[in-house]
Amino acid sequence: MRSITMVQKLGKVLTNTRRFSSANSISSKPINLFSAINQALDLALDTDPRSYIFGEDVRFGGVFRCTMGLADKYGKHRVFNTPLCEQGIVGFGIGLAAMGNRAIAEIQFADYIFPAFDQIVNEAAKFRYRSGNQFNCGGLTVRAPYGAVGHGGHYHSQSPEAFFCHVPGLKVVIPRGPKQAKGLLLSCIRDPNPIVFFEPKWLYRLAVEEVPEDDYMFPLSQAEVIREGSDITLVGWGAQLQVMEQACVDAAQEGISCELIDLRTLVPWDKETVEASVRKTGRLLVSHEAPITGGFGAEISASIVERCFLRLEAPIARVCGLDTPFPLVFEPFYMPTKNKILDAIKATVNY
Amino acid sequence: MNPSGAVRSKLLRPLAMALTPSSSPYSATLGSIVSRRNFASSSSDEVLTIETSVPFTSHKCEPPSRSVQTTPKELMGFFQDMALMRRMEIAADSLYKAKLIRGFCHLYDGQEAVAVGMEAAITRKDCIITAYRDHCIYLGRGGTLVESFAELMGRTGGCSKGKGGSMHFYKKENGFYGGHGIVGAQIPLGCGLAFGQKYTKDETVTFTLYGDGAANQGQLFEALNIAALWDLPAILVCENNHYGMGTAEWRAAKSPAYYKRGDYVPGLKVDGMDVLAVKQACLFAKEHALKNGPIILEMDTYRYHGHSMSDPGSTYRTRDEISGVRQERDPLERVRKLILGNDIATVAELKDIEKQAKKEVDEAIAKAKESPMPDPSGLFSDVYVKGYGTEAFGADRKEVKSVLP
Repeated sequence: MRSITMVQKLGKVLTNTRRFSSANSISSKPINLFSAINQALDLALDTDPRSYIFGEDVRFGGVFRCTMGLADKYGKHRVFNTPLCEQGIVGFGIGLAAMGNRAIAEIQFADYIFPAFDQIVNEAAKFRYRSGNQFNCGGLTVRAPYGAVGHGGHYHSQSPEAFFCHVPGLKVVIPRGPKQAKGLLLSCIRDPNPIVFFEPKWLYRLAVEEVPEDDYMFPLSQAEVIREGSDITLVGWGAQLQVMEQACVDAAQEGISCELIDLRTLVPWDKETVEASVRKTGRLLVSHEAPITGGFGAEISASIVERCFLRLEAPIARVCGLDTPFPLVFEPFYMPTKNKILDAIKATVNY
Repeated sequence: MNPSGAVRSKLLRPLAMALTPSSSPYSATLGSIVSRRNFASSSSDEVLTIETSVPFTSHKCEPPSRSVQTTPKELMGFFQDMALMRRMEIAADSLYKAKLIRGFCHLYDGQEAVAVGMEAAITRKDCIITAYRDHCIYLGRGGTLVESFAELMGRTGGCSKGKGGSMHFYKKENGFYGGHGIVGAQIPLGCGLAFGQKYTKDETVTFTLYGDGAANQGQLFEALNIAALWDLPAILVCENNHYGMGTAEWRAAKSPAYYKRGDYVPGLKVDGMDVLAVKQACLFAKEHALKNGPIILEMDTYRYHGHSMSDPGSTYRTRDEISGVRQERDPLERVRKLILGNDIATVAELKDIEKQAKKEVDEAIAKAKESPMPDPSGLFSDVYVKGYGTEAFGADRKEVKSVLP
């Protein structure tokens, strides 16, 4: 076991991140993830009269209660239900955004986003480019709950983020918890680019933390080092970070010091923070729920090999979902669990 | 905007409208519409002619007659099948609450007449495809209770080897192309089945079921156009239970007259709570489709449970509405009244059938519980044809090997 005594350097970005959020001095309350999303949406509607929220059942609060009370507060003309048609929801969002509005569209589950895939990929993402910047739908934010919930089965569990990461013109953002969700969602809504914002539905109720009550934003395309370490860098996003954090704790008991990075924005991603960390640790592990082949972990892995080839002391490890459809009864086998990550950490460090 | 009262009164269109009272307390409303024969000596194959609860409403076609032919045997069969379906769904509800069923689970109770009436009109060579509310359609297609419960509980004895769960029941040999998870996605697929049937020329048709929620999906209209353009033997069955999850039909559809939504495609509105009306409509539709191409059947029906197990089903509709439908339009009760009104069986005999259904369901659950959980290797099978694709393996299951043909 080497490098455990190595001097730990703080990433430049870490301090940047802290400065960006003015949250620390304001009063905060412990709330869960869906309430944090609700607060962000409330602020978005409150601060911009040209912002609108729509999707299936959102007027009643949505299936995950993220839009509770917003229709009562802002009226049914700004928070409204749509028919059950994902392609229409996103298409209308693009049109609304193209007229200078902030369109916040909800797709009920990320698994249902595929009927809207064409609108997102071919219309939203390329509108600015192909019109020579005459038009854009920068005001569009598509929110969708993603990921496993323990028993969601084939069509309520998928993590489709990699599909959207392959599309220049889009941003893809995934928060890891309530505080992040609020700050990142507000940034997404106010960012002048179309964004797909995936929310970890496993954590909607489960994750509770202190969330500042004021209006604050976290920067996009800036990763955050959430745990500093010296032996290996772990990169993840969303709900997977909780699993990775546990693996870091277990690894620490065995004398391995892990640095854990929340990528937060998947596209365009913060290569510098990951690179700086890997230059320090010499090792990298990426973990996500989506199937391993063609997952965003592959992109990170390739980029870091390009940048840190001579510094790497072991092959980059990917602990991801398996190359199978998201299973029902086999979910525990499919998932990139803490023990799989711990095994991979050990194998990488002892390579 | 419609006041909810208007919606309610439409849902509660009473049976009594078409019926007048008779002497038996159990056939309070059915006596006069049944062309009575000599019931005392009625054989089980004797033909009865019974009028549907309400007339059919049609769009661009001549509606079929309200007089439906049936037999005592058929009515008893309907009662038995529906009682079994009802019992199965209630048992599934308990199993879900006991966490023996995981995943998402959508129950069919209230809508049984659609599954049963449709089966009475067609053969197992005709195809049926539906969305995720599929348990009873599967049972109607000849699936067994044990396979249903085993699938619900993710056991190897299930109809999809335990790999599909509630939303993914299939029975290929009986023309059941299954349960599909994405709203509306099964519609083009169903029209594709009909396209295949057009080539086989074996006088079969495909019934593609979808809900009122899916009726607003663009895929439906793309599929309808192609089906009409190529005269496919496709029957699109809109099971209108009036709520797409928590959204009432009139909140989501400019025109909730789904039988008319095909524009150039003929349609028929059917009381989906009346099994005989469903049967009559499906007989009519099959004949029509084989001759003229696609047709839409809008089944006016109702689900007693919420959309899925996480929906109590009482936040967006009143308890009065639900109990009103139960009292006035329940498909099972309607058949019970017909049977009693025609002296086909006694109250006690029907009770026995229901008790028997409960017994069969309980036994099936016990048997399904004996079925083992699938072997972990099953996670990797059926992704591709065996040996022709990518498999992941290894202790941490992160290694991947690709096998080329």
